[in-house]
Amino acid sequence: MALNKLSSTLLNNSLVFKELKNVASVFSVRNFFNYYPTTSTPAEGPTKKLNMVQAINNALDITLQTDETALLFGEDVAFGGVFRCSLDLQKKYGSERVFNTPLCEQGIVGFGIGVATAGSTAIAEIQFADYIYPAFDQIVNEAAKFRYRSGSQFDCGKLTIRTPCGAVGHGGLYHSQSPESYFAHTPGLKVVVPRGATQAKGLLLSCIRDPDPCIVLEPKVLYRAAVDEVPIDEYLTPIGKAEVLKDGDAVTLIGWGTQVHVLMEVAELAKTKFNVDCEVIDLVSILPWDKDAVCKSVRKTGRALIAHEAPLTGGFGAELASTIQEECFLQLEAPVARVTGFDTPFPYIFEPFYLPDKWRCLQAIRNLLDY
Amino acid sequence: MFVRQASAILRRYIKTNQRLKAFSTTSSSIDYPGAQVIWSDKLSFTNSHSYAPIPTYRVLNSQGQIKNASEDPNLCKDVLEKMYKDMVLLNVMDKILYESQRQGRISFYMTNFGEEATHIGSAAALSVDDLVYGQYREAGVLLWRGFTIADCVSQCYGNKEDGGKGRQMPVHYGSKKLNFVTISSPLTTQMPQAAGAAYALKGKNKVVICYFGEGAASEGDAHAALNFATTLDCPVIFFCRNNGYAISTPADEQYRGDGIAARGPGYGLNTLRVDGNDVFAVYNATLKAKDFALSRNKPVLIEALTYRVSHHSTSDDSSAYRSTEEVAHWVTNQNPVNRFRLYLEQNNLWDEGREQEWAKECRKNVLTVFGAGEKEAKPHWKEMFTDVYEEMPDHIKTQMNQMAEHIEMYKDKYPVKDFS
Repeated sequence: MALNKLSSTLLNNSLVFKELKNVASVFSVRNFFNYYPTTSTPAEGPTKKLNMVQAINNALDITLQTDETALLFGEDVAFGGVFRCSLDLQKKYGSERVFNTPLCEQGIVGFGIGVATAGSTAIAEIQFADYIYPAFDQIVNEAAKFRYRSGSQFDCGKLTIRTPCGAVGHGGLYHSQSPESYFAHTPGLKVVVPRGATQAKGLLLSCIRDPDPCIVLEPKVLYRAAVDEVPIDEYLTPIGKAEVLKDGDAVTLIGWGTQVHVLMEVAELAKTKFNVDCEVIDLVSILPWDKDAVCKSVRKTGRALIAHEAPLTGGFGAELASTIQEECFLQLEAPVARVTGFDTPFPYIFEPFYLPDKWRCLQAIRNLLDY
Repeated sequence: MFVRQASAILRRYIKTNQRLKAFSTTSSSIDYPGAQVIWSDKLSFTNSHSYAPIPTYRVLNSQGQIKNASEDPNLCKDVLEKMYKDMVLLNVMDKILYESQRQGRISFYMTNFGEEATHIGSAAALSVDDLVYGQYREAGVLLWRGFTIADCVSQCYGNKEDGGKGRQMPVHYGSKKLNFVTISSPLTTQMPQAAGAAYALKGKNKVVICYFGEGAASEGDAHAALNFATTLDCPVIFFCRNNGYAISTPADEQYRGDGIAARGPGYGLNTLRVDGNDVFAVYNATLKAKDFALSRNKPVLIEALTYRVSHHSTSDDSSAYRSTEEVAHWVTNQNPVNRFRLYLEQNNLWDEGREQEWAKECRKNVLTVFGAGEKEAKPHWKEMFTDVYEEMPDHIKTQMNQMAEHIEMYKDKYPVKDFS
């Protein structure tokens, strides 16, 4: 009798779960971008239609298969991860190599540094970038400085930290953050942000192979929305190289992650509304960043707009703007524009007003052209 | 938030579903997933007074006698002699480098007085293949492993012989060859790292030992490390030097439980508390911990009770917060080096003559090496820019080149000639 009762409670629970899922889909309908898939293939051989989650899973699978020292760990990664990025990997590679850790971010990163220092490949997951701050000390004071302070006797270059970042429609203060500029201020780290499935796989593999500690900030809103024809075989997307996605001569639009798709749409809008061609650059890599690609474009167009979801003050746009000013002073036709999140915490119900959406970006282009 | 909640619901559902099998309607007890259940109908607090303090293991009494012969580690004469000689060498180096800081010849120093037995006893129980993570007051471990006085002096001066290329403050030693991970200033960061390294080294017949002070144990990273090490089965020895003070903060302002050792069982750790001024107790405990860690792939916590005779560092005058009588008590009555010497002398392994001779030799050696280290040039200033990454990225190359041009113009404004 009690058994029946318990079963029905559990059944109700699962109904509640389904209900919650429906609510979530209602929320995510309110998309603030259109996905522009990657059409060029970075590698020879067969491709497969994969979303970003599947592409990441594929990169992890390749790593665990080809590198027997590779370990994958974090909160809830064993059952596949809350975003399903590690789905089935524990089944395939065993609980010694793919495992849950206690719920403690400073522990996860510290543990990962140790694994890497001992010579194994460490792939650590922080469940949300918003929760990376407890590990800030381990990342900034330890991982980033390990090689330098030991005179290269020790390093933790085999450490890669993956973490979902960015706006998701309804994430509020602690499921929406874009913390890249905190890390951009830390020599010794490499920081990348993929804009889709193809880059997610290539960048993750590059970061895992890279001899320096890397942070991969994965825009979580793209996890399912970003579907590309992704090469099945291994390929590496270079760290530190930006990508020009659309040629233009009027304004250079620079973004990374989800914002790249906003800017692609903005470029189309600018073409129809103002009849100008904007050049769209995916910065890809925050640290080190591709100064040459950015400055080359701005020297050509004479105008630059930088857009990111993170707040304005101290955001990475400031670094880009000051460098552009320094390097392209004589070619600039207007002050460098920044369209970013506001200097507030990331809000819940006000998200549509907070984000640097296509209309705010479009208006900024208009101002640049009218200057 | 949604995803966390939803996944928590899902996990609970799966877990509960699995537990259904074990659930019995006739049983009077349900096993909560979070802990083993022993029912009680009495409402009472459990606290540190619910248990007796964890006993402190000791082999040598303060007169240098082994009270229980079965606990004699039976070390050979050469090992015993090296243990003692390294303790004295450490003392002599500390005295000279401390004085040299007072004279402004090096910028900073931290001595090891009073804690010699914890270093040498634990180091002697390990193999040089075992990986060491330290805090900063473990120079004796390095000396035991073959780090020379010249290596110490080079690091303290930041001269071009320093493996760390002069980038860190004095006493931040490290040696790849001796498997001693480079020291860093942020406290306790090395603890979860040690757990990770131990996990990666599983099955390679090596343990990892991680030293830390009782103050450092208050950091969040200590909690992370102990919990990760047990849940992930890491063959690591956590070695706490509980010397009673964290700079000026006495232990009773650091915690209110039964020291650090009592936390071990709370994390599911096998734990030992030892007399840290008894080199044999430390040796035996470390040996047992290593054997346990290797055979079971599990961590061990050792708390060595000792006393920080030193000032915290050359930037600290400890008479501002503790009495000279207190310090004197530990120097005279509970000195770990003296206690070991008494043992050696009673067993005819050491005498006053050898003492004088060795002290003199150490002094001569340290002074010679110190003088040479002082004259040695610093590394090239361009080493400031290397090793940030494995390969120097363009933006750092640019900055290095800008600095080169600047120095070219302002040669006389920088101490270029001291740098090779």
